[in-house]
Amino acid sequence: MDRDIVLKAEQVTRQVSSPDGVLTIVRNVNLEVRARESVAIVGPSGAGKSTLLALLAGLDTPSSGRIWLAGEELSALDEDGRARVRAAHVGFVFQSFHLVPALTAIENVMLPLELRGEHNARERAAGMLARVGLGARAGHYPRQLSGGEQQRVAMARASVGQPSVLFADEPTGNLDSSTGERIIELLFELNVAAQTTLVLVTHDRELAGRCGRVLTMDGGALA
Amino acid sequence: MRMLAIALRALRREWRSGELAVLWLSLAVAVAALTGVGFLVDRIGRAVQAQASEILAADARVESAEQLAPELQRQAQALGLRTARVASMLSVVFNGDTSHLADIRAVSEGYPLRGALKIADQPFAPGATTRAIPRPGECWPDSRLAAALGAHVGSALMVGATSLRVSRILITRPDQGSAFVEFAPGLLLNDADLAATQLVQPASRMEYALLVAGDARALRAFHDWFEPRARPGERLASVADASPQIGDAARRAGQFLSLAGLVAVLLCAVAVAMTARSYVARHLDAVALMKTLGASRRLVLGIHVLQLLLLAVAAAAIGASVGWLTQAWLLHALAGLLRADLPPASGLPVVIGFIVAVAMLAGFALPSLLQLTRVPALRVLRRDVDAPPLRLWLAFAPAALAVLGVIHGTLGQWQLSLWFAAGFAAAAGALALCGWLLVLAAGRIRRSTGVALRHGLANLSRRRGGSVAQIVAFGLGVMLLLVLTILRRDLLHDWRTSLPAGAPNYFFVNIPTEQRDDFAAALRAAGARPERLLPMVRGRLLTINGAPIDKGASRGRMAEREQNLTWSAELGDDNLITAGHWWRPEDSGRPLVSIASEFQESLGLKLGDRLGFDVAGEHFDVTVASFRKVKWDSFRPNFFIMFPPGLLDGTAGSYMTSALYQPRGPGALTELVRRFPSVSIFNIGDLLAQVRSVIDKAVTAVQSVFAFTLLAGLTVLLAAVQASGDERRYETAIMRVLGAARALLVRSALVEFAALGLLAGVLAASGAALGGWLLARQLDLHYRFDALLWFGGVLGTIGVVALAGWLATRPALNQPPRTILY
Repeated sequence: MDRDIVLKAEQVTRQVSSPDGVLTIVRNVNLEVRARESVAIVGPSGAGKSTLLALLAGLDTPSSGRIWLAGEELSALDEDGRARVRAAHVGFVFQSFHLVPALTAIENVMLPLELRGEHNARERAAGMLARVGLGARAGHYPRQLSGGEQQRVAMARASVGQPSVLFADEPTGNLDSSTGERIIELLFELNVAAQTTLVLVTHDRELAGRCGRVLTMDGGALA
Repeated sequence: MRMLAIALRALRREWRSGELAVLWLSLAVAVAALTGVGFLVDRIGRAVQAQASEILAADARVESAEQLAPELQRQAQALGLRTARVASMLSVVFNGDTSHLADIRAVSEGYPLRGALKIADQPFAPGATTRAIPRPGECWPDSRLAAALGAHVGSALMVGATSLRVSRILITRPDQGSAFVEFAPGLLLNDADLAATQLVQPASRMEYALLVAGDARALRAFHDWFEPRARPGERLASVADASPQIGDAARRAGQFLSLAGLVAVLLCAVAVAMTARSYVARHLDAVALMKTLGASRRLVLGIHVLQLLLLAVAAAAIGASVGWLTQAWLLHALAGLLRADLPPASGLPVVIGFIVAVAMLAGFALPSLLQLTRVPALRVLRRDVDAPPLRLWLAFAPAALAVLGVIHGTLGQWQLSLWFAAGFAAAAGALALCGWLLVLAAGRIRRSTGVALRHGLANLSRRRGGSVAQIVAFGLGVMLLLVLTILRRDLLHDWRTSLPAGAPNYFFVNIPTEQRDDFAAALRAAGARPERLLPMVRGRLLTINGAPIDKGASRGRMAEREQNLTWSAELGDDNLITAGHWWRPEDSGRPLVSIASEFQESLGLKLGDRLGFDVAGEHFDVTVASFRKVKWDSFRPNFFIMFPPGLLDGTAGSYMTSALYQPRGPGALTELVRRFPSVSIFNIGDLLAQVRSVIDKAVTAVQSVFAFTLLAGLTVLLAAVQASGDERRYETAIMRVLGAARALLVRSALVEFAALGLLAGVLAASGAALGGWLLARQLDLHYRFDALLWFGGVLGTIGVVALAGWLATRPALNQPPRTILY
């Protein structure tokens, strides 16, 4: 496999059983993403974008087909194996932020470093929070932060481990347009600075337009 | 190390955010209840036992008609027991020309080892306690003897061959006992004077006793040492033999206190189960996120197990400290109940507390934690993705084991523990089933009701699983509390009615057969209320099923004594046939016998066994036809061994009875004795006072421990508040956004919780009535259904659960919806 390719999907299909029979959510997707590339996956609701993102990040397993992330074949690993790959190579930004409510902002950012057993977690997290402009809010709990601030903490958490691939699922979906714009700026700024690969799912045409490549999904397949 | 570091950090952070407070509190209260109550139960149990020991004037005593080997006393002292000797005999005492038969007791220094002597300068005076015994050359006649002899302090009494000066009048001694041989008035002297009296002759009827007292372990060691070495005629008497009435009170108090402690712990277990459930629900998202960030299942499980283990350590430490302080405070509050020489608190409760905390977490929280580790990482993107449901055995087996372990650890008897655990499980199962049906029914009636009611009932039926779980938790909690309330009431009622104000206070023994009707008439004329008159004859059990009784074996203890035997056609209402049948008219004169349960247990008898008795030199072979449970604390004439009428009628015997009798002045008794000179009068008023005092203290202990159990019930309430608080914050916020008024939301929450309380309350109160009935049978109490308690239980549950609901909803109502929804 080309060393420059960090993410590859080959004939990936995901089916689920429902009361109406078997539903195919993702159908025969083939995809290659190169290092430092930014890719947007767009499409109407129910097109299978988030499911594809979950498969590419190893959060879900395909019904058939194979996926490689950072040179490791995700589809051949068990749950803990995929967790190991994510710990080493993946960062996440979610639509609903997913901060741990019992942890302060800085503790949320420290979490991935702590899970990897790294020592200077607090200093690095503090630096990252300062970079997203929240140095003064480090000791605040998620409930004490606005939506935009929570998403900035989430982005600091996603970037602090210097992942090879940053996955973002509707990162501006829960934010008003001006806050959303500031978040987009920050996302691309961090992406360029850390030279990570960015794969994001969005409805937002403007956000998609800022990516190097736009893939459109419809009925579970890439158009 | 990394896992421990993360677990420590996670614990610190979650603690700070208040997530773990209720779980920790439930554990701490459970540990406090177990250590505090357990400790108190143990100490109070021993105090009641100790009070009962006073009736023996010792913890145990070796008795024999022969002089006891000095080796016995040496061995007891070597084991660290305190000892004293008593030698007693019947002999005539002279004061000048006046003489009277007296029970002469020579005692050694240290007597009595338990309880105290009361002495005075005048007969029948109130008296003051003393630690001393008569000095050599002196004697203390009791009031009756002093009065009969016309002796006073300073008189010289001739006892056998020696003259002893009266230095005090003996008012009471603790071991006055209830055995009917002790009806002669008494005289106490120093055993240094015994030889000088020359009363100990080969033909004299002596009773020797070695009194021992000390800690339980040394007593057991002495018992174990003594049993195989006991010579014929030697017996080791303990508290239960001395007074069945006090033995009963102590046993029931002990059982009740243990049960109360157990209920406190089980209530906390319910609280732990509830909080563990909500703990897991709260951590689903966090665990999914940790997995997304690369945490393995092992790491997730390790972190949470360590976290809970650390929590258990903290809870055990604080809980045990609180338990210790509580029992110390209670002991202080119950001052006077406990003797000073009880062993001090040991570190054991702390260890037990930790084991219980870990067992409860393992039983109730571990299965949920295992489920937590199976939450798919995909949940971060799709909130509907949950952990696969637990296997049924995994969900229930650890909890069942934990409950059984805690029950057995508290009750200490497998059979009782299994019964209790089975009852607990059956109650939980029945509550779940009925709860399920009732929630379904609530869902149906909601269609025809107003908004608040509809919304409340809709919540109840929509969250079906959660509602049923809460009905089970609340129902179990209320049921346990109600069962305990019922038992406490029955126990107190039984105790109080067992010693009513009208309980007989005099026993009359040796009533000649030909005088029995006259005597009964005389008693009634004197204003007394005599109980039944029963014939009484002495006899000895010689064989069981043709085989002579092995006197060395423990079963021989009851058999080798001469027994009082009786016969009667009527079974008193203080006797209950537990097996076999009471005499039918055709049984008159047949060789049958009815045996009291104590005797049955001691000898291991069964229906149909043949017993050989020697009664006044005549041999009788009889068959065991029934067993009886005797209510000894009725203080009415009762016998271990009863024959049908017509079998022993020919043997020479006398009659006995008891009566509530308040003699009109000192002359009344003298007049009765003059008219019926052979009748022995035995006043048990002092014994009754002693029994009442034991019971009063046991009642205080029971009340205090019950208060502790109520506190444990509060943790269930707190757990319920926390468990339901989270899930309704979001819904409340949405309802408010949609324009629901605050009052509507409060009403709807109150409806939901009141309905939950009603369902749990009805099930719990009914279950408690059944459980109380079953347990009362086990503890020999009289169960009465109490409608007031039933309604009180239901209304109380509605009130408490509605309060929990209001407390759970209030924060959501006070918080702006924006902060919850965004």
